[in-house]
Amino acid sequence: MSIYKLGGTPLSDEEFKKIIKEITRPNAKYLMSAGQAYSVFFEGLRRGKIIGTYCERCGMIYVPPKIFCPYCFITLDKWVEVADEGKVVTAVASYYSANMERLKEPQIVGIIKLDVPGRTFTSYRFPGLLHRICGASLDDVISQRIFDARVKARWRPPEERKGDINDIECFEVIKT
Amino acid sequence: MSQPVVLGIGYSGFQPSTSHYNIREMIYEAAAKAYEDAGGIDPGSDVDAFVSCQEDFWEGISINDEFVPDQLGAVLKPVYTISGDSLQCVLSAYSMIRSGAFDIVVVESHGKPSEILTMRDIILMSYDPIYIRPLNPENVFVFNALEAKAFMEYNKIDREALGRYVISSLRKGLRGRRNPYASIKNVEAYLEEEYVVEPLTKLDFAPYSDAAVVVVIASEDVAKKFSDEYIKISGVWSVSGTSSIVYDDLREDTMTKIAARKVFDMTGIKDPVREIGVFEIDERISHVPLMVIKALRLSEDVNRDLMMGRFDEEGDLPVNPFGGALSEGNVLEAHGLARLVNAYEILKGSLGSRRYSDVEKILIHSRRWPSSRTTTLAILSR
Ligand SMILES: [Zn+2]
Repeated sequence: MSIYKLGGTPLSDEEFKKIIKEITRPNAKYLMSAGQAYSVFFEGLRRGKIIGTYCERCGMIYVPPKIFCPYCFITLDKWVEVADEGKVVTAVASYYSANMERLKEPQIVGIIKLDVPGRTFTSYRFPGLLHRICGASLDDVISQRIFDARVKARWRPPEERKGDINDIECFEVIKT
Repeated sequence: MSQPVVLGIGYSGFQPSTSHYNIREMIYEAAAKAYEDAGGIDPGSDVDAFVSCQEDFWEGISINDEFVPDQLGAVLKPVYTISGDSLQCVLSAYSMIRSGAFDIVVVESHGKPSEILTMRDIILMSYDPIYIRPLNPENVFVFNALEAKAFMEYNKIDREALGRYVISSLRKGLRGRRNPYASIKNVEAYLEEEYVVEPLTKLDFAPYSDAAVVVVIASEDVAKKFSDEYIKISGVWSVSGTSSIVYDDLREDTMTKIAARKVFDMTGIKDPVREIGVFEIDERISHVPLMVIKALRLSEDVNRDLMMGRFDEEGDLPVNPFGGALSEGNVLEAHGLARLVNAYEILKGSLGSRRYSDVEKILIHSRRWPSSRTTTLAILSR
Protein backbone atom coordinates (compact mmCIF):
# COMPACT_ATOMS: atom_id res chain seq x y z
CA MET A 1 0.00 0.00 0.00
CA SER A 2 1.43 3.38 -0.82
CA ILE A 3 1.65 6.23 1.66
CA TYR A 4 -0.93 8.15 -0.43
CA LYS A 5 -3.57 5.57 0.39
CA LEU A 6 -2.66 5.87 4.08
CA GLY A 7 -3.31 9.58 3.89
CA GLY A 8 0.35 10.54 4.40
CA THR A 9 1.83 13.79 3.09
CA PRO A 10 4.71 13.33 0.66
CA LEU A 11 7.74 15.58 1.28
CA SER A 12 9.87 17.21 -1.37
CA ASP A 13 13.67 16.82 -1.13
CA GLU A 14 13.89 20.39 0.19
CA GLU A 15 11.31 19.74 2.88
CA PHE A 16 13.03 16.52 3.88
CA LYS A 17 16.40 18.29 4.31
CA LYS A 18 14.75 20.76 6.67
CA ILE A 19 13.61 17.92 8.92
CA ILE A 20 17.10 16.48 9.39
CA LYS A 21 18.37 18.77 12.10
CA GLU A 22 21.96 17.67 12.54
CA ILE A 23 24.51 16.42 10.06
CA THR A 24 27.75 15.50 11.82
CA ARG A 25 31.19 15.35 10.33
CA PRO A 26 33.40 13.35 12.66
CA ASN A 27 36.63 15.00 13.75
CA ALA A 28 38.64 11.84 14.20
CA LYS A 29 42.40 12.27 13.91
CA TYR A 30 45.12 9.80 14.76
CA LEU A 31 48.90 9.61 14.76
CA MET A 32 49.69 5.97 14.17
CA SER A 33 53.03 4.32 14.78
CA ALA A 34 54.32 2.50 11.72
CA GLY A 35 55.90 -0.03 14.04
CA GLN A 36 59.10 -2.05 13.86
CA ALA A 37 58.54 -3.81 10.54
CA TYR A 38 56.83 -1.08 8.50
CA SER A 39 59.51 1.41 9.59
CA VAL A 40 62.22 -0.71 7.95
CA PHE A 41 60.07 -1.14 4.83
CA PHE A 42 59.40 2.57 4.34
CA GLU A 43 63.01 3.49 5.08
CA GLY A 44 63.93 0.95 2.39
CA LEU A 45 61.63 2.61 -0.16
CA ARG A 46 63.42 5.88 0.45
CA ARG A 47 66.63 4.11 -0.63
CA GLY A 48 64.93 2.48 -3.61
CA LYS A 49 64.75 -0.98 -2.02
CA ILE A 50 61.78 -3.28 -1.32
CA ILE A 51 62.37 -5.13 1.94
CA GLY A 52 60.43 -8.01 3.48
CA THR A 53 60.83 -10.56 6.25
CA TYR A 54 61.35 -14.28 5.75
CA CYS A 55 59.76 -17.15 7.69
CA GLU A 56 62.24 -19.98 8.09
CA ARG A 57 59.50 -22.45 8.95
CA CYS A 58 57.09 -22.07 6.00
CA GLY A 59 59.33 -20.19 3.55
CA MET A 60 56.95 -17.25 3.15
CA ILE A 61 58.29 -13.76 2.48
CA TYR A 62 56.12 -10.91 3.76
CA VAL A 63 56.07 -7.61 1.83
CA PRO A 64 55.54 -5.22 3.55
CA PRO A 65 57.28 -7.09 6.35
CA LYS A 66 55.71 -8.48 9.51
CA ILE A 67 57.68 -9.33 12.66
CA PHE A 68 55.64 -12.53 12.99
CA CYS A 69 54.34 -15.22 10.64
CA PRO A 70 50.52 -15.32 10.93
CA TYR A 71 50.50 -18.95 9.83
CA CYS A 72 53.38 -20.36 11.92
CA PHE A 73 53.10 -17.85 14.80
CA ILE A 74 56.85 -17.42 15.19
CA THR A 75 58.91 -14.23 15.38
CA LEU A 76 60.49 -13.20 12.08
CA ASP A 77 63.86 -11.48 12.31
CA LYS A 78 65.39 -12.32 8.92
CA TRP A 79 65.19 -9.41 6.48
CA VAL A 80 65.35 -9.95 2.73
CA GLU A 81 65.49 -7.56 -0.18
CA VAL A 82 63.18 -8.57 -3.02
CA ALA A 83 63.37 -7.40 -6.66
CA ASP A 84 61.51 -4.25 -7.72
CA GLU A 85 59.96 -6.21 -10.55
CA GLY A 86 57.65 -9.13 -10.95
CA LYS A 87 54.45 -10.11 -12.68
CA VAL A 88 50.81 -9.06 -12.46
CA VAL A 89 48.60 -11.61 -10.72
CA THR A 90 45.36 -9.67 -11.13
CA ALA A 91 44.41 -6.14 -12.12
CA VAL A 92 41.28 -4.03 -12.50
CA ALA A 93 40.36 -0.58 -13.79
CA SER A 94 38.18 1.81 -11.76
CA TYR A 95 35.96 4.16 -13.75
CA TYR A 96 34.08 5.71 -10.85
CA SER A 97 35.29 6.91 -7.45
CA ALA A 98 33.90 5.30 -4.29
CA ASN A 99 31.46 8.25 -4.15
CA MET A 100 30.20 7.31 -7.64
CA GLU A 101 31.77 10.25 -9.44
CA ARG A 102 33.12 9.46 -12.89
CA LEU A 103 36.94 9.60 -12.90
CA LYS A 104 38.67 11.74 -15.53
CA GLU A 105 41.16 8.93 -16.13
CA PRO A 106 40.33 5.33 -15.20
CA GLN A 107 42.77 4.04 -12.58
CA ILE A 108 44.40 0.63 -12.95
CA VAL A 109 45.30 -1.19 -9.75
CA GLY A 110 46.78 -4.65 -9.40
CA ILE A 111 48.54 -7.21 -7.26
CA ILE A 112 52.18 -7.73 -8.24
CA LYS A 113 54.01 -10.95 -7.39
CA LEU A 114 57.56 -9.75 -6.78
CA ASP A 115 60.59 -11.74 -7.91
CA VAL A 116 62.93 -13.26 -5.37
CA PRO A 117 65.88 -14.84 -7.17
CA GLY A 118 66.33 -18.47 -6.23
CA ARG A 119 62.90 -18.87 -4.61
CA THR A 120 59.53 -20.01 -5.86
CA PHE A 121 56.12 -19.47 -4.28
CA THR A 122 52.59 -20.80 -4.61
CA SER A 123 49.98 -18.86 -6.55
CA TYR A 124 48.30 -17.54 -3.38
CA ARG A 125 51.13 -17.05 -0.89
CA PHE A 126 53.94 -14.96 -2.29
CA PRO A 127 55.72 -11.64 -1.67
CA GLY A 128 53.21 -9.33 -3.28
CA LEU A 129 52.35 -5.67 -3.35
CA LEU A 130 49.10 -3.90 -4.13
CA HIS A 131 49.87 -0.91 -6.33
CA ARG A 132 48.88 1.19 -9.34
CA ILE A 133 49.82 -0.21 -12.76
CA CYS A 134 50.96 2.09 -15.56
CA GLY A 135 51.82 1.59 -19.19
CA ALA A 136 48.84 -0.69 -19.76
CA SER A 137 45.80 0.11 -21.87
CA LEU A 138 42.24 -0.37 -20.65
CA ASP A 139 41.93 -3.03 -23.29
CA ASP A 140 44.92 -4.88 -21.76
CA VAL A 141 42.97 -5.00 -18.51
CA ILE A 142 39.57 -5.88 -19.96
CA SER A 143 41.01 -8.58 -22.19
CA GLN A 144 43.06 -9.92 -19.26
CA ARG A 145 46.26 -9.70 -21.34
CA ILE A 146 47.60 -7.85 -18.28
CA PHE A 147 47.61 -11.12 -16.32
CA ASP A 148 51.19 -12.40 -15.97
CA ALA A 149 52.58 -9.21 -17.58
CA ARG A 150 56.11 -8.31 -16.40
CA VAL A 151 56.15 -5.04 -14.47
CA LYS A 152 58.89 -2.96 -12.84
CA ALA A 153 58.65 -0.25 -10.19
CA ARG A 154 58.78 3.31 -11.50
CA TRP A 155 60.52 5.11 -8.63
CA ARG A 156 60.21 8.76 -7.79
CA PRO A 157 63.51 10.63 -8.08
CA PRO A 158 65.50 10.10 -4.81
CA GLU A 159 65.18 13.74 -3.74
CA GLU A 160 61.37 13.53 -3.94
CA ARG A 161 60.96 10.34 -1.89
CA LYS A 162 59.28 10.61 1.49
CA GLY A 163 59.57 7.10 2.87
CA ASP A 164 56.00 6.13 1.99
CA ILE A 165 54.32 3.79 -0.47
CA ASN A 166 54.08 6.55 -3.10
CA ASP A 167 57.89 6.58 -3.40
CA ILE A 168 56.98 4.03 -6.06
CA GLU A 169 54.79 5.93 -8.53
CA CYS A 170 53.44 2.75 -10.11
CA PHE A 171 54.51 -0.59 -11.54
CA GLU A 172 55.13 -0.14 -15.24
CA VAL A 173 54.47 -2.86 -17.80
CA ILE A 174 57.74 -3.88 -19.44
CA LYS A 175 56.46 -6.92 -21.34
CA THR A 176 52.96 -8.31 -21.84
CA MET B 1 29.34 -29.05 31.99
CA SER B 2 32.83 -27.79 31.27
CA GLN B 3 34.37 -25.49 33.89
CA PRO B 4 36.06 -22.52 32.17
CA VAL B 5 39.49 -21.59 33.55
CA VAL B 6 42.14 -18.96 32.83
CA LEU B 7 45.08 -21.00 31.58
CA GLY B 8 47.47 -18.19 30.74
CA ILE B 9 47.89 -14.44 30.40
CA GLY B 10 50.23 -12.12 28.52
CA TYR B 11 50.44 -8.38 28.07
CA SER B 12 52.55 -5.61 26.62
CA GLY B 13 52.65 -1.88 27.21
CA PHE B 14 50.93 -0.29 30.21
CA GLN B 15 52.98 2.75 29.31
CA PRO B 16 51.84 6.30 28.55
CA SER B 17 53.17 5.92 25.00
CA THR B 18 54.43 2.99 22.96
CA SER B 19 55.47 4.69 19.72
CA HIS B 20 58.19 2.09 19.02
CA TYR B 21 55.52 -0.58 18.37
CA ASN B 22 52.39 -0.49 16.29
CA ILE B 23 49.30 -1.93 17.91
CA ARG B 24 49.52 -5.23 16.04
CA GLU B 25 53.11 -5.77 17.15
CA MET B 26 52.04 -5.07 20.74
CA ILE B 27 49.28 -7.67 20.46
CA TYR B 28 51.74 -10.19 19.03
CA GLU B 29 54.03 -9.72 22.03
CA ALA B 30 51.11 -10.16 24.45
CA ALA B 31 49.85 -13.25 22.59
CA ALA B 32 53.25 -14.94 22.45
CA LYS B 33 53.63 -14.43 26.24
CA ALA B 34 50.10 -15.71 26.94
CA TYR B 35 50.60 -18.90 24.91
CA GLU B 36 53.87 -19.52 26.75
CA ASP B 37 52.20 -18.86 30.14
CA ALA B 38 49.45 -21.33 29.18
CA GLY B 39 51.96 -24.16 29.10
CA GLY B 40 53.19 -23.60 25.56
CA ILE B 41 50.00 -23.88 23.51
CA ASP B 42 50.12 -23.57 19.72
CA PRO B 43 47.38 -21.24 18.45
CA GLY B 44 47.21 -23.10 15.15
CA SER B 45 46.57 -26.57 16.53
CA ASP B 46 45.32 -25.98 20.11
CA VAL B 47 43.01 -22.93 19.99
CA ASP B 48 39.44 -23.34 18.74
CA ALA B 49 38.36 -19.69 18.50
CA PHE B 50 39.39 -16.11 19.24
CA VAL B 51 37.37 -13.22 20.66
CA SER B 52 38.54 -9.60 20.44
CA CYS B 53 37.06 -6.60 22.22
CA GLN B 54 37.69 -3.26 20.54
CA GLU B 55 36.04 -0.18 19.14
CA ASP B 56 36.61 1.16 15.63
CA PHE B 57 36.73 4.79 16.71
CA TRP B 58 39.60 4.07 19.13
CA GLU B 59 41.47 2.40 16.27
CA GLY B 60 40.91 4.88 13.49
CA ILE B 61 40.02 1.92 11.28
CA SER B 62 36.46 0.95 10.46
CA ILE B 63 35.45 -2.72 10.46
CA ASN B 64 38.67 -3.37 12.35
CA ASP B 65 37.86 -7.04 12.96
CA GLU B 66 39.66 -7.74 9.69
CA PHE B 67 42.89 -6.87 11.51
CA VAL B 68 42.38 -9.26 14.44
CA PRO B 69 43.66 -12.64 13.19
CA ASP B 70 47.29 -12.20 12.02
CA GLN B 71 49.03 -11.31 15.26
CA LEU B 72 47.05 -13.85 17.33
CA GLY B 73 47.78 -16.85 15.12
CA ALA B 74 44.05 -16.86 14.32
CA VAL B 75 44.27 -17.01 10.51
CA LEU B 76 41.79 -19.59 9.11
CA LYS B 77 40.04 -19.90 12.50
CA PRO B 78 36.72 -18.63 13.94
CA VAL B 79 37.22 -15.03 15.10
CA TYR B 80 34.60 -12.91 16.86
CA THR B 81 34.83 -9.18 17.48
CA ILE B 82 32.81 -7.37 20.12
CA SER B 83 32.53 -3.61 20.42
CA GLY B 84 32.77 -3.57 24.15
CA ASP B 85 34.87 -3.82 27.26
CA SER B 86 37.12 -6.87 27.34
CA LEU B 87 35.23 -8.48 30.25
CA GLN B 88 32.32 -8.81 27.81
CA CYS B 89 34.69 -10.91 25.69
CA VAL B 90 35.41 -13.05 28.76
CA LEU B 91 31.67 -13.67 29.11
CA SER B 92 31.59 -14.80 25.46
CA ALA B 93 34.57 -17.11 25.88
CA TYR B 94 33.09 -18.50 29.12
CA SER B 95 29.81 -19.27 27.34
CA MET B 96 31.57 -20.86 24.38
CA ILE B 97 33.53 -23.18 26.70
CA ARG B 98 30.41 -24.00 28.73
CA SER B 99 28.55 -24.89 25.55
CA GLY B 100 31.00 -27.74 25.02
CA ALA B 101 31.65 -26.73 21.42
CA PHE B 102 35.02 -25.09 22.21
CA ASP B 103 37.90 -26.31 24.38
CA ILE B 104 40.27 -23.34 24.19
CA VAL B 105 39.22 -19.77 23.39
CA VAL B 106 41.66 -16.83 23.31
CA VAL B 107 40.46 -13.38 24.40
CA GLU B 108 42.29 -10.29 23.18
CA SER B 109 41.88 -6.59 23.84
CA HIS B 110 43.99 -3.50 23.46
CA GLY B 111 43.98 0.27 23.68
CA LYS B 112 46.45 2.73 22.19
CA PRO B 113 45.04 6.11 23.22
CA SER B 114 48.43 7.77 22.64
CA GLU B 115 47.62 7.60 18.91
CA ILE B 116 44.27 9.41 19.20
CA LEU B 117 44.74 13.12 18.55
CA THR B 118 41.10 14.20 18.92
CA MET B 119 39.96 12.24 21.97
CA ARG B 120 37.40 14.85 23.01
CA ASP B 121 35.68 14.80 19.62
CA ILE B 122 35.62 11.02 19.52
CA ILE B 123 34.04 10.88 22.96
CA LEU B 124 31.53 13.49 21.84
CA MET B 125 30.69 11.19 18.91
CA SER B 126 29.48 8.63 21.45
CA TYR B 127 26.62 10.93 22.49
CA ASP B 128 23.17 11.25 20.94
CA PRO B 129 23.71 13.11 17.64
CA ILE B 130 20.37 14.92 17.52
CA TYR B 131 19.85 15.94 21.12
CA ILE B 132 23.12 15.98 23.10
CA ARG B 133 25.86 16.72 20.58
CA PRO B 134 24.38 20.05 19.47
CA LEU B 135 24.58 21.17 23.11
CA ASN B 136 28.35 20.80 22.59
CA PRO B 137 29.21 20.17 26.23
CA GLU B 138 32.56 21.86 26.82
CA ASN B 139 33.64 19.04 29.08
CA VAL B 140 32.62 15.66 27.66
CA PHE B 141 32.74 14.11 31.13
CA VAL B 142 29.89 16.28 32.34
CA PHE B 143 27.57 13.25 32.42
CA ASN B 144 29.99 11.30 34.59
CA ALA B 145 30.27 14.33 36.87
CA LEU B 146 26.47 14.64 37.14
CA GLU B 147 26.33 11.00 38.14
CA ALA B 148 29.16 11.43 40.65
CA LYS B 149 27.59 14.46 42.27
CA ALA B 150 24.15 12.91 42.61
CA PHE B 151 25.52 9.65 43.98
CA MET B 152 27.73 11.42 46.52
CA GLU B 153 24.91 13.67 47.64
CA TYR B 154 22.34 10.86 48.04
CA ASN B 155 24.84 8.70 49.91
CA LYS B 156 26.42 11.46 52.01
CA ILE B 157 29.93 10.96 50.67
CA ASP B 158 32.12 14.05 50.89
CA ARG B 159 35.09 15.06 48.77
CA GLU B 160 37.54 14.26 51.54
CA ALA B 161 36.39 10.63 51.45
CA LEU B 162 36.61 10.58 47.64
CA GLY B 163 40.11 12.05 47.93
CA ARG B 164 40.96 9.39 50.47
CA TYR B 165 40.01 6.74 47.89
CA VAL B 166 42.14 8.34 45.15
CA ILE B 167 45.22 8.87 47.34
CA SER B 168 45.03 5.35 48.76
CA SER B 169 44.70 3.84 45.29
CA LEU B 170 47.66 5.75 43.88
CA ARG B 171 49.75 4.54 46.85
CA LYS B 172 48.62 0.91 46.41
CA GLY B 173 49.71 1.18 42.79
CA LEU B 174 53.35 1.47 43.86
CA ARG B 175 53.24 -2.26 44.73
CA GLY B 176 51.95 -3.29 41.29
CA ARG B 177 53.80 -4.16 38.09
CA ARG B 178 52.04 -2.10 35.45
CA ASN B 179 51.51 1.28 37.06
CA PRO B 180 53.28 4.24 35.44
CA TYR B 181 51.06 6.75 37.31
CA ALA B 182 51.30 5.36 40.88
CA SER B 183 52.45 7.99 43.35
CA ILE B 184 52.46 9.21 46.93
CA LYS B 185 50.13 12.16 47.49
CA ASN B 186 48.13 13.38 50.44
CA VAL B 187 44.48 14.30 50.84
CA GLU B 188 45.31 17.98 51.43
CA ALA B 189 46.95 18.14 48.00
CA TYR B 190 43.89 16.42 46.51
CA LEU B 191 41.51 18.94 48.06
CA GLU B 192 43.59 21.82 46.69
CA GLU B 193 43.31 20.57 43.09
CA GLU B 194 41.00 22.71 40.97
CA TYR B 195 37.84 21.20 39.54
CA VAL B 196 37.87 19.91 35.97
CA VAL B 197 34.15 19.36 36.14
CA GLU B 198 32.70 19.55 39.59
CA PRO B 199 33.01 17.47 41.83
CA LEU B 200 35.91 15.92 39.90
CA THR B 201 39.51 17.15 39.59
CA LYS B 202 42.11 15.81 37.21
CA LEU B 203 43.23 13.39 39.97
CA ASP B 204 39.79 11.73 39.73
CA PHE B 205 40.40 10.62 36.13
CA ALA B 206 42.80 7.87 35.16
CA PRO B 207 45.33 9.21 32.65
CA TYR B 208 45.72 7.21 29.41
CA SER B 209 48.01 4.24 28.85
CA ASP B 210 48.71 1.99 25.88
CA ALA B 211 48.36 -1.75 26.42
CA ALA B 212 47.51 -5.06 24.82
CA VAL B 213 46.32 -8.03 26.87
CA VAL B 214 45.74 -11.63 25.78
CA VAL B 215 44.10 -14.28 27.96
CA VAL B 216 43.82 -18.00 27.23
CA ILE B 217 40.56 -19.51 28.50
CA ALA B 218 40.04 -23.26 28.45
CA SER B 219 37.80 -25.96 29.79
CA GLU B 220 39.32 -27.38 32.97
CA ASP B 221 39.67 -30.87 31.51
CA VAL B 222 41.68 -29.63 28.55
CA ALA B 223 43.63 -27.11 30.65
CA LYS B 224 45.02 -29.95 32.76
CA LYS B 225 46.89 -31.27 29.73
CA PHE B 226 48.92 -28.06 29.55
CA SER B 227 49.32 -26.89 33.15
CA ASP B 228 47.98 -27.44 36.64
CA GLU B 229 48.36 -23.76 37.53
CA TYR B 230 45.11 -22.40 36.19
CA ILE B 231 42.51 -20.14 37.84
CA LYS B 232 38.78 -20.85 37.63
CA ILE B 233 36.19 -18.46 36.22
CA SER B 234 33.38 -19.31 38.62
CA GLY B 235 30.89 -16.83 37.20
CA VAL B 236 30.60 -13.89 34.83
CA TRP B 237 27.64 -11.75 33.85
CA SER B 238 26.99 -8.53 31.99
CA VAL B 239 24.17 -6.00 32.27
CA SER B 240 23.43 -2.98 30.06
CA GLY B 241 21.34 0.07 30.93
CA THR B 242 19.59 2.68 28.82
CA SER B 243 21.47 5.11 26.62
CA SER B 244 20.83 8.07 28.87
CA ILE B 245 21.81 9.08 32.39
CA VAL B 246 18.43 10.82 32.61
CA TYR B 247 16.74 7.45 33.14
CA ASP B 248 19.25 6.11 35.67
CA ASP B 249 18.54 5.69 39.34
CA LEU B 250 21.21 8.12 40.49
CA ARG B 251 21.15 6.83 44.05
CA GLU B 252 22.76 3.55 43.15
CA ASP B 253 24.40 1.53 40.40
CA THR B 254 21.56 -0.69 39.19
CA MET B 255 23.66 -2.48 36.55
CA THR B 256 26.23 -3.67 39.08
CA LYS B 257 23.49 -4.66 41.53
CA ILE B 258 21.79 -6.92 38.98
CA ALA B 259 25.03 -8.37 37.60
CA ALA B 260 26.20 -9.10 41.17
CA ARG B 261 23.00 -10.95 42.03
CA LYS B 262 23.57 -13.16 39.01
CA VAL B 263 27.29 -13.90 39.55
CA PHE B 264 26.79 -14.54 43.26
CA ASP B 265 24.08 -17.00 42.30
CA MET B 266 26.33 -18.67 39.68
CA THR B 267 29.15 -18.92 42.23
CA GLY B 268 27.10 -19.84 45.30
CA ILE B 269 28.24 -16.72 47.19
CA LYS B 270 25.92 -15.86 50.08
CA ASP B 271 27.99 -13.25 51.90
CA PRO B 272 30.36 -11.32 49.58
CA VAL B 273 31.98 -9.49 52.51
CA ARG B 274 33.23 -12.75 54.01
CA GLU B 275 33.66 -14.89 50.92
CA ILE B 276 35.40 -12.54 48.49
CA GLY B 277 38.98 -11.74 49.44
CA VAL B 278 39.86 -8.99 46.95
CA PHE B 279 37.88 -6.63 44.71
CA GLU B 280 39.31 -5.49 41.37
CA ILE B 281 37.06 -2.58 40.42
CA ASP B 282 36.94 -0.07 37.56
CA GLU B 283 38.22 3.25 38.92
CA ARG B 284 38.82 5.12 35.67
CA ILE B 285 36.66 7.80 37.19
CA SER B 286 37.06 7.82 40.95
CA HIS B 287 33.42 7.79 42.09
CA VAL B 288 32.64 4.58 40.15
CA PRO B 289 34.26 2.14 42.63
CA LEU B 290 32.25 3.78 45.42
CA MET B 291 29.04 3.12 43.48
CA VAL B 292 30.15 -0.47 43.01
CA ILE B 293 30.99 -0.93 46.70
CA LYS B 294 27.49 0.30 47.53
CA ALA B 295 25.79 -1.86 44.87
CA LEU B 296 27.64 -4.97 46.07
CA ARG B 297 26.34 -4.28 49.61
CA LEU B 298 29.88 -4.24 50.97
CA SER B 299 29.27 -1.17 53.09
CA GLU B 300 26.36 0.45 54.90
CA ASP B 301 28.20 3.74 55.17
CA VAL B 302 30.72 4.19 52.36
CA ASN B 303 31.96 7.56 53.67
CA ARG B 304 32.76 6.17 57.12
CA ASP B 305 34.37 2.99 55.73
CA LEU B 306 36.54 4.99 53.33
CA MET B 307 37.81 7.13 56.21
CA MET B 308 38.43 3.98 58.29
CA GLY B 309 40.52 2.45 55.50
CA ARG B 310 38.38 -0.68 55.05
CA PHE B 311 39.22 -0.73 51.30
CA ASP B 312 42.96 -0.16 51.75
CA GLU B 313 45.55 -2.92 51.35
CA GLU B 314 45.31 -3.91 55.03
CA GLY B 315 41.55 -3.38 55.27
CA ASP B 316 39.04 -6.22 55.42
CA LEU B 317 37.67 -5.37 51.92
CA PRO B 318 40.76 -4.62 49.84
CA VAL B 319 39.90 -2.84 46.57
CA ASN B 320 42.59 -2.84 43.84
CA PRO B 321 45.35 -3.74 46.36
CA PHE B 322 48.08 -3.57 43.70
CA GLY B 323 46.65 -0.44 42.08
CA GLY B 324 43.77 0.06 39.67
CA ALA B 325 43.25 2.19 36.60
CA LEU B 326 44.24 5.43 38.39
CA SER B 327 47.77 3.98 38.64
CA GLU B 328 47.99 1.81 35.54
CA GLY B 329 46.20 4.25 33.25
CA ASN B 330 43.07 4.01 31.12
CA VAL B 331 43.69 1.34 28.49
CA LEU B 332 40.21 1.74 26.91
CA GLU B 333 38.51 -1.60 26.12
CA ALA B 334 41.45 -3.59 27.56
CA HIS B 335 40.54 -2.38 31.07
CA GLY B 336 38.49 -5.44 32.05
CA LEU B 337 41.35 -7.76 31.15
CA ALA B 338 43.77 -5.58 33.12
CA ARG B 339 41.63 -6.26 36.22
CA LEU B 340 41.56 -9.97 35.35
CA VAL B 341 45.36 -10.06 35.06
CA ASN B 342 45.68 -8.58 38.56
CA ALA B 343 43.23 -11.13 39.98
CA TYR B 344 45.05 -13.98 38.22
CA GLU B 345 48.41 -12.89 39.60
CA ILE B 346 47.04 -12.45 43.14
CA LEU B 347 45.40 -15.91 43.11
CA LYS B 348 48.54 -17.53 41.72
CA GLY B 349 50.59 -15.83 44.44
CA SER B 350 52.93 -14.36 41.84
CA LEU B 351 52.82 -10.80 43.19
CA GLY B 352 54.93 -11.78 46.18
CA SER B 353 52.55 -10.63 48.91
CA ARG B 354 51.66 -13.08 51.66
CA ARG B 355 48.82 -10.84 52.79
CA TYR B 356 46.57 -12.38 50.10
CA SER B 357 47.87 -15.96 50.12
CA ASP B 358 44.64 -17.34 51.58
CA VAL B 359 42.30 -15.43 49.25
CA GLU B 360 40.00 -17.90 47.52
CA LYS B 361 37.79 -15.65 45.40
CA ILE B 362 38.30 -12.31 43.67
CA LEU B 363 35.58 -10.17 42.12
CA ILE B 364 36.39 -8.25 38.92
CA HIS B 365 34.33 -5.32 37.66
CA SER B 366 34.50 -3.25 34.49
CA ARG B 367 32.10 -0.69 33.11
CA ARG B 368 32.52 0.34 29.51
CA TRP B 369 34.23 3.72 29.32
CA PRO B 370 33.47 6.61 29.20
CA SER B 371 29.73 6.88 29.60
CA SER B 372 28.25 3.45 28.86
CA ARG B 373 26.28 1.68 31.54
CA THR B 374 27.27 -1.76 30.29
CA THR B 375 28.76 -3.42 33.34
CA THR B 376 30.42 -6.82 33.58
CA LEU B 377 31.31 -8.71 36.74
CA ALA B 378 33.32 -11.91 37.07
CA ILE B 379 34.43 -14.10 39.97
CA LEU B 380 37.82 -15.78 39.71
CA SER B 381 38.71 -18.48 42.18
CA ARG B 382 41.49 -20.90 43.02
ZN1 LIG C 1 55.62 -19.19 8.54
